[in-house]
Amino acid sequence: MNLTLHVWRQAAGSPEGRFVQYEARDISPDASFLEMLDVVNEQLIEKGEEPIHFEHDCREGICGSCGMMINGIAHGPLGGTATCQLHMRHFRDGDEIRVEPWRARAFPVIKDLIVDRSPLDKIIQAGGFISINTGSAPEANMIPVPKVVQERAMDAAECIECGACVAQCPNGAAQLFTAAKVSHLGLLPQGQPERYERVLRMVEVMEQYFGSCTMFRECEAVCPKEISTDFIARMNRDYIVARFRSR
Amino acid sequence: MSELDARIPPGPVAEKWSYAKNHYKLVNPTNKRKFDIIVIGAGLAGASAAASFAELGYNVKCFVFHDSPRRAHSIAAQGGINAAKNYQNDGDSIYRLFYDTVKGGDYRSREANVYRLAELSVNIIDQAVAQGVPFAREYGGTLENRSFGGVQVSRTFYARGQTGQQLLLGAFQALERQIALGRVTMFPRHEMLDVVVVDGQAKGIITRNLVTGAIDVHAGDAIVLGTGGYSNVFYLSTNAKASNCTAIWRAYRRGAYFANPCYTQIHPTCIPQTGEYQSKLTLMSESLRNDGRIWVPKQKGDKRPPNEIPEGDRDYYLERKYPSFGNLAPRDIASRGAKEVCDEGRGVGPGGRGVYLDFSESIKRLGRKTIEERYGNLFEMYHDITAEDPYVVPMRIYPAPHYTMGGSWVDYALMATIPGLFVIGEANFSDHGANRLGASALMQGLADGYFVIPTTIAEYLSGQMNKKVSPDRAEFKQARADVDDRVKRLLSAKGTRSVDSFHRELGHIMWEYCGMARSAEGLKKARVEVRALRDRYWREVRVLGTGEEPNQSLEKAGRVADFFELAELMCIDALHREESCGGHFRVEYQTADGEALRNDDKFLYVAAWEFTGDDDEPRLHKEPLTYEEVKLATRSYK
Repeated sequence: MNLTLHVWRQAAGSPEGRFVQYEARDISPDASFLEMLDVVNEQLIEKGEEPIHFEHDCREGICGSCGMMINGIAHGPLGGTATCQLHMRHFRDGDEIRVEPWRARAFPVIKDLIVDRSPLDKIIQAGGFISINTGSAPEANMIPVPKVVQERAMDAAECIECGACVAQCPNGAAQLFTAAKVSHLGLLPQGQPERYERVLRMVEVMEQYFGSCTMFRECEAVCPKEISTDFIARMNRDYIVARFRSR
Repeated sequence: MSELDARIPPGPVAEKWSYAKNHYKLVNPTNKRKFDIIVIGAGLAGASAAASFAELGYNVKCFVFHDSPRRAHSIAAQGGINAAKNYQNDGDSIYRLFYDTVKGGDYRSREANVYRLAELSVNIIDQAVAQGVPFAREYGGTLENRSFGGVQVSRTFYARGQTGQQLLLGAFQALERQIALGRVTMFPRHEMLDVVVVDGQAKGIITRNLVTGAIDVHAGDAIVLGTGGYSNVFYLSTNAKASNCTAIWRAYRRGAYFANPCYTQIHPTCIPQTGEYQSKLTLMSESLRNDGRIWVPKQKGDKRPPNEIPEGDRDYYLERKYPSFGNLAPRDIASRGAKEVCDEGRGVGPGGRGVYLDFSESIKRLGRKTIEERYGNLFEMYHDITAEDPYVVPMRIYPAPHYTMGGSWVDYALMATIPGLFVIGEANFSDHGANRLGASALMQGLADGYFVIPTTIAEYLSGQMNKKVSPDRAEFKQARADVDDRVKRLLSAKGTRSVDSFHRELGHIMWEYCGMARSAEGLKKARVEVRALRDRYWREVRVLGTGEEPNQSLEKAGRVADFFELAELMCIDALHREESCGGHFRVEYQTADGEALRNDDKFLYVAAWEFTGDDDEPRLHKEPLTYEEVKLATRSYK
């Protein structure tokens, strides 16, 4: 199949960028979106042009490195997949595709499609952990975890920190990301001792960098791990309880 | 041929680690903060080590080339982590895990290290659970287990099909906590490009900032490499695109012997390649072999759709050849089995390079819901990639490069042959011998990072009081200049071919001649071809752009340059080892029924190679392997 791409190019250190048109020819429908970009890049290199820079690594939807707005949708048209898992068979021959980096004030562009997502790690640093030093853990089966609790915590724990939720949100909010971690740890018995302190600190840092949540729920629609906005509701509840408790 | 001293503690194998812990020197709590430890890589091994060092009070500087420590490829591990808890009451024990691992490694690993690994496996589960890793649970709330290849007990702990991510998040979160406390300084988007050796000790590293291109010097009292494996020497592997050998290779060139480079693991269950554009091979977790049955048509050229081939016309070849282990035969055996039937012309799928992994019988027996619970995300992943539904038609799988048992030689304390340089996780050679069992890589990375290195590094550091070295010293300046030089060379080649095109070609050569089946003739040919391609690479590679900004071609170019050198060493090692063991299969050394034929009389040792110069043959050092506890036997899974 042949496609026309409009790809955002932005020089390193430059505050401005622009769309550049590329023709992607003879692309196999079984190729992934990133493999298609690889093919385009090989052609650019052959012509002596610098290839399109984009972040990627595992190519199997788990590392969270990759991410681009594809025709305005984070990770593209297929739900529950990261950009690297989107295959060209979901497009048609002759399609025009607009490719952009994550668009959010909290994620400044580094070059082309690569952005700086370090504020997400700052949220984790604020409390996305259980404080337990190596070697001081009790025996693993000491605290039973009900299966239904483990399943729910696992649902939240699947977050790959890709930032699609922020990129898609019209407010650039990071509630889904924060709520996923708050819920994963707050649901488990091991997370109880720090449950309320955690949500207060993580939300505080989140609000320093990101916009506010007004329940558009676009985040949930594009999340490659299909994390539910129910966790945002859960986080909000924990947050209110935490605020009352801290009086 | 100098003596390699593994510094294994005395006493019975089951007591060596206790002996070590009781006798290693310690570093006083108030002195710990005087030491700077540099950790490169923050996967399971690196993140757990960095976090544990910081918790103990050391100052830590951690470098990763990714934008965040959580991008490490450990995150992709699917199936599970082994531990000798014996929750299932099925005969498991530390001894049995130890024995299974030694046997699984085809009697080519260091017994003392493996016993320690089995011992520590139980502590890892405790630590992970305490960190909030959401392992699968039984209805009563206790931890659940499943079986893995090469063993007859159920000792694998898992978190859906994402065990790697969940374990990594446990370590990553512990690391982030230490970063917040100011005890770890994190350097994301920094790639280590050299080790600095001063008076025979590792005292620092040279890094390149991948955003600005700045080449910097960092001094430390000890350097710890947790930089993963080198399967990308084959270009197509299950590794992430950026996984590379550069850190341990640069260390090799500075004096850290490289052990058993030819011990590479080909994983039996990966999605087959569909086209030339393919950028990697996707792993389908070995845990699938718990419930999937592997088969090919009995008849050559049987092109019927799988659901139309009746039972009588199917060859469940693993069940046929290895009745005791069946579909759970270890990886090297399962991979060679697949290659054999495809070479016979009975392969399935495009190009005839595939075998079926069929779940129809399990779905009938357990119900679709149970299969969904166990493997849901893996089935989805398969469907996304191939557009085929494994609930309805069998999966097609084929072996692919996945893990490397070889790596930096380390002693019992995980120290390399450069004092002060430590190597942990997949980057080192130690525990898996010639073949790694499933669910044990996660175990080794975390054992090394949480429990071994924090203990053993104290023994070294206690002798390093007041021996700080200034980064102004000549050796640092020289190393920095060397790195700068190399970067400039890559940028100035002004060739016409992309880095990837060379990488692909290298991968083809290695897969063909140094893959699942090796021969003397093939390996000699490979060496010549690799060397020729490498020379062309330095003349003809095209790296556009500059070094003072993000430049992904430049990053790749340096890594591929190192792969060329490693590829040659792999061929040298494979050629010299005139036997078959584990993942190293020499067609000249096989039994009558096609199994690996070891030569314990001549090759019962670790082959540690020493770099002697760009144009000289590497020097071989042998660490003899002595088995005090396990009796050497033919490794049979029949």
